[in-house]
Amino acid sequence: MDRTRKLTGRPGRGFLRTLWDQRQLALMSVPMLLYVLLFSYAPLWGWITAFMSYKPAVPLFDNPWVGLRNFSWLFSRQEFLLAIRNTFAMSVINLVFNTVSAIGLAVLLNEVASRRYKRTVQTVTYLPHFLSWVIVVGLAQNAFATDGVVNQVLLSLGLIRQPLFFLGEGRYFWWLAGIIHMWKEAGWNSIIYLSSMSAIDPALYEAAEIDGAGRLRKIMHITLPGIKSTFVILLIMNIGMLVSGTNDGNFDIPYLMGQNLLIDWSQTIDIFVLKYGISQGQYGRATAAGIFKSLVSIFLLFSANRIARRLDEPTLL
Amino acid sequence: MSGINLRHNPRTSRWMNILFHTFNNAFLLLAMLITLYPVLNTVAISFNDGTDALRGGISIWPRVFSLESYRGVLADEFVFSAFQVSVARTLLQTALNLLLTSMLAYALSRREYVLRKFITTVFVLTMYVNAGLIPNYLLISRTLGLSRSFWVYIVPTMISCFNMIVIRTYILNLPDALVESARIDGAGELRVFWQIIAPLCLPVMATVSLFVAVGAWNSWFDTHLYNAGRPSLHTLQYLLKMKLATTQASSNMAMQTTTALAARAPTTPVTIRAAITVISALPIMLVYPFLQKYFVVGLSIGSVKG
Repeated sequence: MDRTRKLTGRPGRGFLRTLWDQRQLALMSVPMLLYVLLFSYAPLWGWITAFMSYKPAVPLFDNPWVGLRNFSWLFSRQEFLLAIRNTFAMSVINLVFNTVSAIGLAVLLNEVASRRYKRTVQTVTYLPHFLSWVIVVGLAQNAFATDGVVNQVLLSLGLIRQPLFFLGEGRYFWWLAGIIHMWKEAGWNSIIYLSSMSAIDPALYEAAEIDGAGRLRKIMHITLPGIKSTFVILLIMNIGMLVSGTNDGNFDIPYLMGQNLLIDWSQTIDIFVLKYGISQGQYGRATAAGIFKSLVSIFLLFSANRIARRLDEPTLL
Repeated sequence: MSGINLRHNPRTSRWMNILFHTFNNAFLLLAMLITLYPVLNTVAISFNDGTDALRGGISIWPRVFSLESYRGVLADEFVFSAFQVSVARTLLQTALNLLLTSMLAYALSRREYVLRKFITTVFVLTMYVNAGLIPNYLLISRTLGLSRSFWVYIVPTMISCFNMIVIRTYILNLPDALVESARIDGAGELRVFWQIIAPLCLPVMATVSLFVAVGAWNSWFDTHLYNAGRPSLHTLQYLLKMKLATTQASSNMAMQTTTALAARAPTTPVTIRAAITVISALPIMLVYPFLQKYFVVGLSIGSVKG
């Protein structure tokens, strides 16, 4: 009994004494704290190179300071401005496509009477989530080629007269990226909406049925309002991470699919950073571009947080 | 308006219902078709004769069946080595990540722990603030000297904050009495974690290991950034990424076709790429359907409490 009390800490006991009593918990968490300080926080120190003309071979403070010149260089470049535009355009298109497709699929799945059919559809539509972006881009290049299945279908439906050059024309790129992203993640993203639909009280549906509501009415007046709070939370989260998402295809699709021909439409801030930083060794300028992106995402995060507070939804921070 | 009509006419309502279900099921069937077609198409190409495949028009069944592409790929020592590297990194990364992440999750689930708030905040902030590509690259390759080594696959990815939150939330939902009674019996925290909490966390651990394993198996960018110069450390996905680039570059199909036709080659870059795609997707395809029931648990916890 005494042991439990010791572990739970008595009021008035010193912090260090309590910590010593909890040393096993500390052993299970302090090394991880040091780890994350090294791998996630120490690199923030590297941000000062954005104000230098930096060369890694030279000791850090022997590099000449250049003030904000790296930043002004960035904003004087058309290429960087296009990269900002492309990043935002693709992020917003992805967000809209992903949200609509996930909700749509979840609504349809929710209406399926046969459990087996529902499960089959789910298993199949989850599949692309588990494929790597490299594979998905490869599949997309086959499907959208001039002799690919998409052109064949469009031709046979009479929607186009000549095959479209999807992969080679810049104006298709954002939409293509959005569609590929949606193909990969729609099933997976629908999981969360389905689970929030399963929490809706079945009595509501029964009452609506007695009132003579049809399927569509029940969807409009019960299912969709029932997932409203999930929708709002996810929307806020996604806005908060709009440009900071690293593993969501905002990098992979444009990097793997973009060719020089398409660069005005496909190059995002990340790819810009990679090109100037790693390939050309202009670390200071590339870091400046990275900082710009981080500042934008912090701004978005705080904005999303504010909206959440206004709406009385759980905040992110 | 129509609601009133329907109420007074059960027959219309039944008819509407059937119509609705037909459309609904048809639409879902279409969704499955759109999902599966590109995958089955690639499988078909991988089992097709190389020269014949260049004529195009293969849908979901091979036209001239051939195992040559697989024979070629499996005999290729680069593919074999990349497969080994992929398996090794996936197993090691998953095991380490799961162990460290769940240990941390347990410590941060103890309400009385004095560092709980501080450490949790430090971890949660990393989900939103990122130093960016260049500083991370300089840390990993210059300061720590991890490039051109296998460890660059393991060391930077040992803990995942999102997964920590998922596991922590799961532990918080377990009854507190479990831990309390074990402590009264004199068990230390490590033992409580290992013998009581960890076994109860199996469902969430299954989800999290799947997330980590899929991420590890599918990643290509770390190889690209740090190990591109060491072919012995290339992973399957990176190999595939390079094939993607080369088949794209030689997209003047006409030339490829004439050379292949002249040589009557049983394999071509297109069928080889298809075969590697199938091989590199197969392990996960075999596993994920069995873990499906756990996804929901992990995902709903993670996204709401994240």
